[in-house]
Amino acid sequence: MKIGILGIQGDVDLHRKKLEEAGLDWCIVKKAHELEGIDGFILPGGESTTISKMLERYNMDKVLKEKIVDGLPVLATCAGTVLLASRIEDGEEEISPLGILSIKIKRNAYGRQRESFEVPLKINLGGREEKIVGVFIRAPKIVEFWNGVDVLGTFEESPVMVKQGKIIAMTFHPELSDGVAVYKFFEEIIKGSV
Amino acid sequence: MSEILTGTFKLKVGLAEMLKGGVIMDVTSASEAKIAEQAGAVAVMALERVPADIRKEGGVARMADPQKIIEIMDTVSIPVMAKVRIGHFVEAQILEALGVDFIDESEVLTPADEEFHINKHLFKVPCVCGARDLGEALRRIAEGAAMLRTKGEAGTGNVVEAVRHMRKIQSEIKRLTTLGEEELVAEAKKLGAPLELVSYVHNNGKLPVPNFAAGGIATPADAALMMQLGAESVFVGSGIFKSEDPEKRAKAIVEAVAYFDDPEILAKVSRGLGESMRGIDVSKLPQDELLQTRGW
Repeated sequence: MKIGILGIQGDVDLHRKKLEEAGLDWCIVKKAHELEGIDGFILPGGESTTISKMLERYNMDKVLKEKIVDGLPVLATCAGTVLLASRIEDGEEEISPLGILSIKIKRNAYGRQRESFEVPLKINLGGREEKIVGVFIRAPKIVEFWNGVDVLGTFEESPVMVKQGKIIAMTFHPELSDGVAVYKFFEEIIKGSV
Repeated sequence: MSEILTGTFKLKVGLAEMLKGGVIMDVTSASEAKIAEQAGAVAVMALERVPADIRKEGGVARMADPQKIIEIMDTVSIPVMAKVRIGHFVEAQILEALGVDFIDESEVLTPADEEFHINKHLFKVPCVCGARDLGEALRRIAEGAAMLRTKGEAGTGNVVEAVRHMRKIQSEIKRLTTLGEEELVAEAKKLGAPLELVSYVHNNGKLPVPNFAAGGIATPADAALMMQLGAESVFVGSGIFKSEDPEKRAKAIVEAVAYFDDPEILAKVSRGLGESMRGIDVSKLPQDELLQTRGW
């Protein structure tokens, strides 16, 4: 099993370390053809405007969308979740999201960096309740969801972790907190056991 | 409700992590900020004047007018950074009150304190500082910097000093990893840095915070050079808006940083960018005009 990490911009290296800690193989993906032969894909945190523009300029957006629609499992954090969204509140002129995940998201919804926060969360990973420190950095907020989106975790009544088919998406950064439970759960999704 | 933490070191370094593999561009107006965002910048640095103009015009260079910073924050959705004078903690308090996302305690502005840097632990907003060598880098981290950058020689369009500083820091890190435990205390004394941080570098072979490149980067090739030398992101100051076609150059530098290890793409994005900023031979600059020697 090999998991690709989108390596255009963002905290790529932190995800790589988590995959290694979880005993999973990884590779960095920067071009469309590198999406071949991977079993799962990580959309890291970073600047969603930058990543979105680069995906378009290097013709990766369409190929990536096809792959995900065809069933490529995806783990997305923060900016990655923004990129997957169907709709973005205020800011669709800056980003064209892939439009795969049935959520509406608001960028920087909690404020600026001064308002970034850490908070203990409980998340539901395939029926198991796990505790994780949610690290929210200039985080987006899922303001609406529909069509078969399962909510795996909430904060102040908004979903902060969702699952739809083989996609798991978070508005916080599991790569910045301790443990690899989220990555192990992703492995189970790839194997088809959840 | 459970406890919510803000302003932690993890959150500060976390934002720096999110900016990796990107370009942070100096801008002096809301319209330049918009150009930077559209080109794909990961953040902008709000300034009154770019370093090349500070160098030319002389006088005391200070924090930008808050009005200008607010206009820039209202115009773009990417993080906004701004500079304060070395040691000028009140300018930093003002930037924090404005809600700026990152504070650069910068040698590009005229220092306000010739002995002490700002105690950056006191701020909820993360701070970045310049460094020329490992000792300087670790002193800044000890004061609370959540990100470092090479100083280079700002406003010259000449990458030579940034290269020197990046190579110096990298080779000093490598050297530290080869030392025995018993040598670390003496090494900490030599570097003028806390033992705890010296030990961290000895054990991990890297700095505890991201290290970006800055100071004299003017072309896509310069940016990719810094990345190949180990920088994790690139600041571009005068290099963009002092060139003939800022929009095109900004875009090209963003692509050069993302694909810094792909010469085919670098060749493509480097074509037809118009004239670069003129640039200055740093070795011809009088000693007292160097910005990099500010900071202690």
